[in-house]
Amino acid sequence: MIMTDTTAKPPKEDKNNPQGNEKFHIFDNALPLDSGETLQPFTIAYQSWGRLNADKSNAILICHALTGDQYAAGTNPLTQKPGWWSTLIGKGKPLDPEKYFIICSNVIGGCSGSTGPASQNPKSGKPYGLDFPVITIGDMVRAQAMLLDALGIDKLFSVIGGSMGAMQVIQWTTAYPDRIQTAIPIAGAARHSAQNIAFHEVGRQAIMADIDWQGGTYYANARIPRKGLAVARMAAHITYLSEAALTRKFGRNLQEREKLSYGFEADFQIESYLRHQGFTFVERFDANSYLYITRAMDYFDIAADNDGVLAQAFQNCQTRFCVMSFTSDWLFPTSESQMLVRALNSAGANVSFVEIESDKGHDAFLLDEPEMFDALNGFLSAAASDFGVTHD
Amino acid sequence: MTDPTLKPHQSAPGTISADRIDLLLISSLVPNQARVLDIGCGEGDLLALLKAQKHIDGRGLEISQRNVNTCVARGLSVVQGDGDRDLEQYPDKGFDYAILSQTLQAMQKPEDVLVQLSRISHKLVVSIPNFGHWRVRLNLLRSGRMPRTKTLDSEWYNTPNIHLCTLLDFNELCAHLNLTIEHCILMRNGTTRNLTRAPSGLENLLTEQAIYTLSTGD
Repeated sequence: MIMTDTTAKPPKEDKNNPQGNEKFHIFDNALPLDSGETLQPFTIAYQSWGRLNADKSNAILICHALTGDQYAAGTNPLTQKPGWWSTLIGKGKPLDPEKYFIICSNVIGGCSGSTGPASQNPKSGKPYGLDFPVITIGDMVRAQAMLLDALGIDKLFSVIGGSMGAMQVIQWTTAYPDRIQTAIPIAGAARHSAQNIAFHEVGRQAIMADIDWQGGTYYANARIPRKGLAVARMAAHITYLSEAALTRKFGRNLQEREKLSYGFEADFQIESYLRHQGFTFVERFDANSYLYITRAMDYFDIAADNDGVLAQAFQNCQTRFCVMSFTSDWLFPTSESQMLVRALNSAGANVSFVEIESDKGHDAFLLDEPEMFDALNGFLSAAASDFGVTHD
Repeated sequence: MTDPTLKPHQSAPGTISADRIDLLLISSLVPNQARVLDIGCGEGDLLALLKAQKHIDGRGLEISQRNVNTCVARGLSVVQGDGDRDLEQYPDKGFDYAILSQTLQAMQKPEDVLVQLSRISHKLVVSIPNFGHWRVRLNLLRSGRMPRTKTLDSEWYNTPNIHLCTLLDFNELCAHLNLTIEHCILMRNGTTRNLTRAPSGLENLLTEQAIYTLSTGD
């Protein structure tokens, strides 16, 4: 095992949006995968904020969503934008690096530092492409557990994540129940629904239909499946919003014009917005990673792993849960969170459930939602006090 | 029902205002570190009090999502749900105490709720307003209209309290459901009396509110 710290510059002193420490952990040993295959060697890229306390009781793992990365706070070096959860992480915020040691790692299969389909296949000396093994949410979590082992962290005070991050949180509670004290799955589900698999399939087909995808071997030349990936992103982006939010933000407003063009330009603001989302996404995300990670989400079904009985997954689970959903989220609707809560209750688990009123759709978990912050803060503070988490 | 004007989370737990003396009395009935389910926990006043005083392992079920969010922000384990519908999900005897603090009268099916609670908890603590109190009876006799009291001060057509009863009525329901009345606190003019039996007809006449401790016998 080799630990390399590639932090070239000292972290910027912005306590409101603290820069994480960028690290890579290279594992020489194999990562066993649910498919039966193994990945060896493999790398996990991660960021951390704050310090691990003396009794190692203040570690929090943050799990990112489908197109997220380890840059949860600070400035994302790829996009130069604030980290995706910089609303939550920082001095005086619910996830305060002065109290907690916060870790966020790029998932296995990802494309911002951890081993994924764009990484070099040791057997061929070329990027994996479609030779990369199919991975699952369970595999992502297993890799995270190996990272924690390497960091000498036995127990996590909390595992927190939204969307696919929530899936990882739930996976953590069933795969390693003794290693986590609290779990906060936000805007998630214990399984991927048929409708969500359908949307993912549209995205994947768009990518694979792009001639520049070249069977996933596009790394060899400079042509990448821009159009396919952009269309995948555009379709997915609609599912992250809500009709109310789209109407409020865009309505039928025209884009920099007085009248309809009677053609297929982006007449409407919403079209222009989606095109922009698609084209900027292509610059930061690998198309094959998109295929693999969407597949991992599709395969996720905790009940199926437990004889079809979701509650069975949580028998004797001592973890304290705080489940959250948003009223206008139709991708991971409240009913999915309620299904999880019912299962937790019937297993006798300690669970809180908060549904937050918002018209911002699924994306609300990434946005400024004071009620979410209050609930997170109250839940974490009470748990920190009950579990005796010290800050030093 | 939780008094909406009461916001004790803005003050330290344990400093409950005088009009919720029933919460302190309920707390006195619950042993240390008990597993407690509070059905209709409102903004979590009782759970917070029990956590502070008795270090309980507490859960709440509350119908109003706004109240639930307040509870969770206070660090309490509460889920949104309806006591009439959502008790089935809890396992058998998962709790030592199930509490209905001024909640039973707002339930659609009080009998079914008590049956479910007997299944999921060893003991039940139920606080109810007594419509057998002489003032209520006199009120109905004199005015010929549905009685209103200090604590239940709404019109018959908009009250959430749809299943009101007297202490004698409640005694009968307990007997019907094989619930043993272990203890009963009678409240009247700010004074309390403790019984270890069912309240009598005279006590039914003189009591404003009562807090029953019931055991399920297993």
